[in-house]
Amino acid sequence: MEYELIVVGGGPAGLSGALKAAQNGVRVAVIDRQEELGGQLVKQTHKFFGWSRRNAGVRGIEIGRRLRDAVLAEPRITVFTGTEALGYYPDNSLLIESPSGVSRITGKTFLFATGAQERMLLFPGNDLPGVYGAGAVQTLMNVYGVRPGRSVLMVGSGNIGLIVSYQLRQAGVMVRAIVEALPQIGGYAVHASKVRRLGIPILTRHSIKEAHGREYVEGATIWELDDKFRGIPGTEKDIDVDVICLATGLTPLGDLLWQAGVSMTYVPELGGFVPIYDGNMETERSGIFVAGDAAGIEEASTAMLCGEIAGLAVAAKLGKIPRHRFEEERNVLAQELSALRSGPLSSKVRTGYERIKALVQGRRG
Amino acid sequence: MKSLYGDLPEKDSLLSSGIPSVQDLDGVLPPAEARKKGPVAVLECFQKIPCDPCGQACKFGAIKEFSDVNDLPVIDWMRCTGCGQCVAACPGLAIFVVDETYSPEECLIAMPHEFVPLPERDQVVLLYDRAGRHVGEGAVHRVVRGKDKLATPVVWVRAPKALAYVARALGLPESQGRSGN
Ligand SMILES: Cc1cc2nc3c(=O)[nH]c(=O)nc-3n(C[C@H](O)[C@H](O)[C@H](O)COP(=O)(O)OP(=O)(O)OC[C@H]3O[C@@H](n4cnc5c(N)ncnc54)[C@H](O)[C@@H]3O)c2cc1C
Ligand code: SF4
Ligand code: SF4
Repeated sequence: MEYELIVVGGGPAGLSGALKAAQNGVRVAVIDRQEELGGQLVKQTHKFFGWSRRNAGVRGIEIGRRLRDAVLAEPRITVFTGTEALGYYPDNSLLIESPSGVSRITGKTFLFATGAQERMLLFPGNDLPGVYGAGAVQTLMNVYGVRPGRSVLMVGSGNIGLIVSYQLRQAGVMVRAIVEALPQIGGYAVHASKVRRLGIPILTRHSIKEAHGREYVEGATIWELDDKFRGIPGTEKDIDVDVICLATGLTPLGDLLWQAGVSMTYVPELGGFVPIYDGNMETERSGIFVAGDAAGIEEASTAMLCGEIAGLAVAAKLGKIPRHRFEEERNVLAQELSALRSGPLSSKVRTGYERIKALVQGRRG
Repeated sequence: MKSLYGDLPEKDSLLSSGIPSVQDLDGVLPPAEARKKGPVAVLECFQKIPCDPCGQACKFGAIKEFSDVNDLPVIDWMRCTGCGQCVAACPGLAIFVVDETYSPEECLIAMPHEFVPLPERDQVVLLYDRAGRHVGEGAVHRVVRGKDKLATPVVWVRAPKALAYVARALGLPESQGRSGN
């Protein structure tokens, strides 16, 4: 069976892309290794920011449910859950593995919306059971209803560290402290304030020195950092925790893109290696599109808009919609995207996207 | 520094600790005439982020509609009725309603509260300041649950008047998991 578009990744970016393409007449397959569609959204019990007309104030899980319901109701979309994409072949096929075995599907175009993976942190004892990534803690709590432990040290004060700390408290787990290496909190101030007033200290210029325990985490030592991010001897403090939760950043998941031979470039502002793509989210390999965290670590709100642009561009490429209609609609989406990214806190990602744009223009030059 | 807001840093504390400073809070304090009039919303939102639901939630036109989604919210306190809709709508849980006209000794404070079990009417609750320090007790006046289980409940507490601009979180007396400090 050949599909006109194969979407790898059923998170907000992939689902938005699939919907946009299908609504414009494209026959789509969506593949996700998880049993439930929604990507990161299935774990986000907090309310999202953004525009009210576009889901702001709605909890992540609910945004995920709305996308999933829309996708399942769309006759032009076939969904393969519990199915992993293993590799891309130059004859436009994907090797996929599902519980029923390994097979191939072919597509005219592809949208890789595989999301991100978490960064690990090096410190003595980081291999002890009880050291978790923030994503795992969220999955345990918010998908399976299991508390990861009794008392937690959170490492990292970006939005993820702040939100997961809040969710731990909602689950009745003690959070002893959030440590942050930088002099400033990384996430939104409103998230920081809501966590702080629950009595959770946020210690900037601090990090974890080591984890203790023989068979599992029984405690941690934190310390203050100097201007060069080196620990200051004498400032060590032992804290009583059985969980150390790492929220130290994400990096785009690009394995399939590398393997497909898409040109990649290192953009630290976007989280690491990202594919090079144009204003339609198309990479330098014609017919391969990207969106969401896989194209640069950002937000679900922006991931959905990028996914829609990609889905629309696929429809245009396949001749399903006239060029002028495509351009009109794409420009509206692009404007929304740049409005969302126009705030002071988006300056980093703006720099990142400027770099990619410059690269693309330089090559076409 | 001891202030209307309790013992908070004078300035520059928000981004290094999560605790808004006296300077931040002075910038969003409703004017005396609004505070004397009745319940009034206090928008403790100090950083430009892409967010606008408060403007949509207010049916009285007190919070201006956003022209740029990254703007800080702007409120006309004289149009605010203290209805509390924006408290439940704000994804940052950054809005409170304060009524200093409730009685000679007590005020009412409406706070977003996303913890179970929810307190019951007239139950005594512990009150905490913006740094999470225990600052006193209050009693539950009303619990507004919202339209479904995903809505943010808003708990209105009666509190000593001196805590009107100090208390910003509540807990049940037996509540677990508070780090304290
Ligand atoms: C704690 C936390 C809080 C957040 N809060 C907010 C917020 O308030 N507002 C906001 O806008 N954003 C928020 N985000 C960010 C947001 O969740 C992400 O930016 C968004 O989910 C990215 O969407 P995506 O579709 O690119 O990737 P994902 O949601 O990660 O989805 C990727 C999907 O691809 C699948 N996949 C990957 N590789 C394969 C493969 N080889 N085969 C099959 N399937 C594969 C994965 O299973 C996954 O389902 C938060 C994130 C976290 C972790
Ligand atoms: S309390 Fe009610 S009237 Fe006042 S700003 Fe909020 S929504 Fe508007
Ligand atoms: S809804 Fe809350 S966080 Fe968003 S702008 Fe309004 S006050 Fe700030």
